Amino acid sequence: MNASLLLRSSAVSLLLLVVMLFVWHATTLPETASTEGMSDEYAALMGMAGGGAAKAGLPGPADVGATIWEKLSDPFYDNGPNDKGIGIQLGYSLARVLSGFFLAALVAIPLGFVVGMSPVMRGALDPFIQVLKPISPLAWMPLALYIIKDSSVSAVFVIFICSLWPMLINTAHGVASVKRDWLNVAQTLEVGALRKAFLVILPAAAPTILTGMRISMGIAWLVIVAAEMLVGGTGIGYFVWNEWNNLSLNNVIFAILTIGVVGMALDLMFGWVQRLVAYRE
Amino acid sequence: MDNAFLKIEALAKVFPPARGGQPLTVFENIHFSIDKGEFVCIIGHSGCGKSTILNVLAGLDQASSGTVIMDEREVSGPSLDRGVVFQSHALMPWLSVMKNIEFAVKSRWPDWSRDKVRAHCQKYIDLVHLTGAEHKKPAELSGGMKQRVGIARAFSIQPKMLLMDEPFGALDALTRGVIQDELLNICAETHQTVFMITHDVDEAILLADKIVLMTNGPLAKIAEIVVNTLPRDRSRHDVHKHPHYYRIRNHLVDFLVSRSKDFASNTPAGYDPLHPPFTRPGLEPDADCPPDVDARVRHLRQPAMPAAA
Repeated sequence: MNASLLLRSSAVSLLLLVVMLFVWHATTLPETASTEGMSDEYAALMGMAGGGAAKAGLPGPADVGATIWEKLSDPFYDNGPNDKGIGIQLGYSLARVLSGFFLAALVAIPLGFVVGMSPVMRGALDPFIQVLKPISPLAWMPLALYIIKDSSVSAVFVIFICSLWPMLINTAHGVASVKRDWLNVAQTLEVGALRKAFLVILPAAAPTILTGMRISMGIAWLVIVAAEMLVGGTGIGYFVWNEWNNLSLNNVIFAILTIGVVGMALDLMFGWVQRLVAYRE
Repeated sequence: MDNAFLKIEALAKVFPPARGGQPLTVFENIHFSIDKGEFVCIIGHSGCGKSTILNVLAGLDQASSGTVIMDEREVSGPSLDRGVVFQSHALMPWLSVMKNIEFAVKSRWPDWSRDKVRAHCQKYIDLVHLTGAEHKKPAELSGGMKQRVGIARAFSIQPKMLLMDEPFGALDALTRGVIQDELLNICAETHQTVFMITHDVDEAILLADKIVLMTNGPLAKIAEIVVNTLPRDRSRHDVHKHPHYYRIRNHLVDFLVSRSKDFASNTPAGYDPLHPPFTRPGLEPDADCPPDVDARVRHLRQPAMPAAA
């Protein structure tokens, strides 16, 4: 992107942000609810005695802004099970996502190599992959809880199972579509199987494998929120649900934004690694 | 003939029948040999199985029957003794020029030190005049430079035999000429034994000592083997001035235009596929045409000149 294009699109982005904040602000202005036509008793029951208490609506941008500032200025406090800083909650979530994700990579990439290199294995494993792939990862949760008997590890398992398929399928595809020419070169040079796998097939398939990893990471970050809402205790998903139970919409909105920003950061990281292994033919 | 470096005996390739069809014999009864230090080109139309023969020599494909013997050992798979230059250069795009060649050199001599490998690679990069481009990726090189890397890679493992599958097919005429000259020089220096596929008659005359002519497939055969009678120290600049040049060229073009397709129905008397005849058209006086007439004009008068695909 050239400089002037970047400048113009940034200006439009900024403008859109201002408009969105303004609309948000305008629609969440505290209105004074009218008590006209109510009996005093009913007004009191509704919490509006005295005619004109603010109605509890959605928080405006200023309120949320204050909450963000407050939460971010002290991200690592720990006041017991239901009151931890956002940094700690994110830490729990990221630890679960990363451990589930890398365990899945450990299984999916070697297995993808086997599937990609052997037509027999591809045929043999295909029905299993086709059946297991469309299962919502959360559907595994009860089984995982029953077998593993640990809610946190069960969440890791759910991340594992949802990260597995895109990595497996992309690795197999990448390995299977390595150019015949490069394999012929390796063959005529009498390159051993292991050296061929690491020096020819792996770099040739790396961009496709990384694409699979990037998709997996995106899915894992989507799933962790739902998984933590179910298992509870810690993590950003649990934080959202807990703040909903506290009816603290400020915190819920703050958490939603945080999830978005962290997801974007994870994706950018993989985009960066992807550029490292990309090659131009 | 019996002490030839490379011997191909009764080679045939038959593809199994498609559903309900007949098996397809691409070529059969292929016999020829290559001596050490000889440069042999093979010419024939697409589909005659030239590439299959080369791939069998490389060990990348298997013949249906027949044997290939190199240096008194049967060829039964790929080997570092036979270097291959691929038509599509087949460089690894994620590796630099140096690393591409290093990959080959390290495969050949796994015990060599880093410095020794480097120096060896540099020697071959210099040989193909790519000095300065060592750290470029293939995508940053022109087609001719890529093919030079392919040639350097094949030479760097010092194979007993070099196999080239239309190495210059994808290059423009100018670049092709320059690389042909380089190849001629390198082969003269290293006495490399080469087997090369080409569609380019001029290229064959410039480079080859012997030119193997294949008839059209299916059931392709070796019609004859043309011995290049031009002096070995020929160069691209003066080769066409030699009296033998257009005689050989006309002979080859005649073959490609007409004789390659009606060889089966018009087999010369006494033809024996076990010993395809050697011909020396350069030494034969022209019958129908005075030697000073430009053969390029002459063969244009012939009907239906198909493009050498």
